[in-house]
Amino acid sequence: MAEHRLTFPTTEEEIRKLRAGDLVTIDGHIIGIRDRSHIRIFDHGHEPPLDFQGAFLLHTAPNVRKLGPGKYEPLCVGTTTSARMVRFTEPLGERYGVRAICGKGGLPDEAIEPMRRHGMVYFAIVGGAAALETTQIEEIEEVAWEDLMPECLWKFRVRDFGPLWVGIDSHGNSLFHDVQEQAQKKLEELIARL
Amino acid sequence: MNVVATDLARVVEDAAAYLYVWALKDIPQDLRNAISEARDRETSVPGRRVLETIVRNVEVAERENNIVCQDTGIAVYTCRVGEQFPLHPVRIYAALKAGTERATLEHPLRSNTVHTITRENTGPNTGHRLPIVHWDFVPDWDGLDVKCVPKGSGSENMSFLKMCTPADGVKGIKQFVLESVVGAGGKPCPPGIIGVGIGGSADYAMYLAKEAIARPVGTQNADPEVAKLEAELFQLLNETGIGPMGLGGDVTALAVHVEHADTHMTLNPVAVNYQCWAARRASVHVSAEGEIEYDREF
Repeated sequence: MAEHRLTFPTTEEEIRKLRAGDLVTIDGHIIGIRDRSHIRIFDHGHEPPLDFQGAFLLHTAPNVRKLGPGKYEPLCVGTTTSARMVRFTEPLGERYGVRAICGKGGLPDEAIEPMRRHGMVYFAIVGGAAALETTQIEEIEEVAWEDLMPECLWKFRVRDFGPLWVGIDSHGNSLFHDVQEQAQKKLEELIARL
Repeated sequence: MNVVATDLARVVEDAAAYLYVWALKDIPQDLRNAISEARDRETSVPGRRVLETIVRNVEVAERENNIVCQDTGIAVYTCRVGEQFPLHPVRIYAALKAGTERATLEHPLRSNTVHTITRENTGPNTGHRLPIVHWDFVPDWDGLDVKCVPKGSGSENMSFLKMCTPADGVKGIKQFVLESVVGAGGKPCPPGIIGVGIGGSADYAMYLAKEAIARPVGTQNADPEVAKLEAELFQLLNETGIGPMGLGGDVTALAVHVEHADTHMTLNPVAVNYQCWAARRASVHVSAEGEIEYDREF
């Protein structure tokens, strides 16, 4: 297991260096996205007003305080369950050049192949550790689609963002697949013992 | 903290506003202990790091006076209303709703509530039939107890119900709980409290599972048969290897709580209501005179 420090946006080359199980810390810019913002892009056909090229997408709907027009202070920014949004993995990579998707709880196996093909990774964060995560956010630089509040598109500038684990790498490996496979085997054993 | 007031509705509203935010900010001590113990016994490297991060997060929330998790949940209240408590439940409900709204606007907290079909936001964490309030009525008493359990969606989405048959027996119950927790994987933010409701009816089994997650870690069901089931499920679930955040490891459950009701001779319902590690809860006692005492439990 290697440790990495990466600045986003990044390139395919950097992403291909990461392996499932590696520990990663992030600096730079990340984009907050969630169920409704995905639905607007892919189901309702609206182009996202933020640049997704090389981007790190965080599954989040933050607690914020409005300071002025389009300006928000982060109060508590945490991460939601990723699995609900798995079907958007392929078009995020293919159409928009997204390089990393970060959330909690993992993505199902259907994300493995698109991530391999397009050079993307899934980062697993510690769910619920939002108070800590908030201290790693320097500023909310931009907000788009405020009518979806709190499920807008958010551009955050972050420092020392993590710890994150590479849950799915761009080489066809998934920690979540492996854990689930072993747990299913164990489950059979446990049920046989009942 | 003791306050005497004559306007009981206002007292209950203030209490609800306080409870909601308090629950979101301050993880109960029994849970803090359980998380620390889990960290100490976890042998997987990522699992241990996850638990260390959780411990750090609880400390950061306290230091920064911030809420622990961004998911402010759905505010669920349980009320025990004394027969002689001088405020009618209709007014108690209105006060709990007003308190939830005030907390959301004043803090401010993220508002999560939407219309189920249009998905449009319905207001400051309130809406049609929200917040959810469960009622118990106590004879020969003039007090009111309120417990607030803000329940996040990551864990609430991992709720499962099965109408087992009598022939499935207790084995069927155990199997369903195991399958549910393994199937949930990392999604509900393990390690958490696994709430299990058995018996009653379909709806009541799920209610009991929800009641079970609000019990402090370390408590056992008073019925020895049920307590035995809790202990056995706890052991089995921690052998599954799901681990902290589903990254693999020794600790999948911090506790298993089972609540039961007697049931129909042909029914054997089992409900699982998962509670994430951030198992938030806070309570208040209100006297007939409007004196309030904040407490972790009823």
